Amino acid sequence: MRETTPKQDLFRGIWKENPVLIQMLGLCPALAVTNTVENSLAMGVATFFVLLGSSLSVSLLKKFIPGEVRISTYIMIIATFVTVADMSLEAMVPVVHKKLGAFIALIVVNCMILGRQEAFASKRPVGRALLDAVGVGTGFMIAMVMMGGVREILGMGSFLNIPLFGDNYEPWVVMILPAGGFLTLGFWLLGLNWWAERKKQRQKVLAARESSERRAA
Amino acid sequence: MGDLIWILISTVLVNNFTLAYFLGLCPFMGVSARVETALRMGMANIFVLTITSICAWLLNTFLLDHAPYLRVISFIVVIASLVQIVEMVIKKVSPALFKQLGIYLPLITTNCAILGLAIFQTNKEYDFFQGLFFAIGAGLGLTLALVLMASIREDAERAQVPKIAQGMALVLIIAGSLSMAFMGFAGLGSAS
Repeated sequence: MRETTPKQDLFRGIWKENPVLIQMLGLCPALAVTNTVENSLAMGVATFFVLLGSSLSVSLLKKFIPGEVRISTYIMIIATFVTVADMSLEAMVPVVHKKLGAFIALIVVNCMILGRQEAFASKRPVGRALLDAVGVGTGFMIAMVMMGGVREILGMGSFLNIPLFGDNYEPWVVMILPAGGFLTLGFWLLGLNWWAERKKQRQKVLAARESSERRAA
Repeated sequence: MGDLIWILISTVLVNNFTLAYFLGLCPFMGVSARVETALRMGMANIFVLTITSICAWLLNTFLLDHAPYLRVISFIVVIASLVQIVEMVIKKVSPALFKQLGIYLPLITTNCAILGLAIFQTNKEYDFFQGLFFAIGAGLGLTLALVLMASIREDAERAQVPKIAQGMALVLIIAGSLSMAFMGFAGLGSAS
């Protein structure tokens, strides 16, 4: 097991090991409910809550969970928190709850959450598990807003229901339809790959220049 | 009867589980590199979805009226254990079939298409036969999407893809185009 510092636990999930954009986990909600920023945020908050609750419980209970049935136990714990989130959303924001529909219950099978329990929370002390959950949950939320932002701006010409472009804007309806979800994530990945590739090229050029300078000196 | 056939067509084409609801994305991305594996995965999915539909109907009819807050938990637990039992039975009764489907069954149990089917079926208040046709339609739809994706990817392997587009980015953009093509079926209307 690789040792990490608390700071790493908190920050790596946010960008460097972002669950959606880098690890490609939890794609189902990231594509299905990101047609507006509002929905993306609601899904992000619900998932964050479930992840935090499950990581806390699993980390606290790790001594009592037998190894053979650990996965089923994690799923039961996750399902409990999902039920809580589902009912709370229904009570507090019924409109959003109706839009998200079955996808709230489907947080149970979000492999990102189960993955964190198996890989991290079940082996670390409570504090670390919470830091990790906060980091990964925030990373997930950032990815959700990146998806929802692009899709709402292009598909409806607004951001958080605030119109951006005036009346003459012709919305790209495809962006709020299912196809738009696949395309948006595809193009985000293209962009991120391009950025990483460019950074690598630059470092190569810099290294080459440095070594030639050293040779000249 | 017309109602049942309509549910079948609508779930295969118009509301395709993968391309319109994003359910079952893990196998869609993971095992769609070869047509043959994709087909087997699809078959295993049809099988598990049918069992799930029956389970969900039984639970909804006989148990969950009294305790709706246990829905998510009981669906997951019952479906997972039943698939496990069925897997053991198949292994005993027909080793050949087990060889074909076996490795996929445990993977599928935690797939969102399975829980998704159970929940959609509940929300739509389908009766036993409607649920059964819904499940078969969903399975056929998944298989169709998987096989289409696998055939495109087999061809894409021979193409010159720019470095930044290799891997997931390409798969997602292909999926986007497929999903757009399936939008054409929306003209058929949708089941209530």
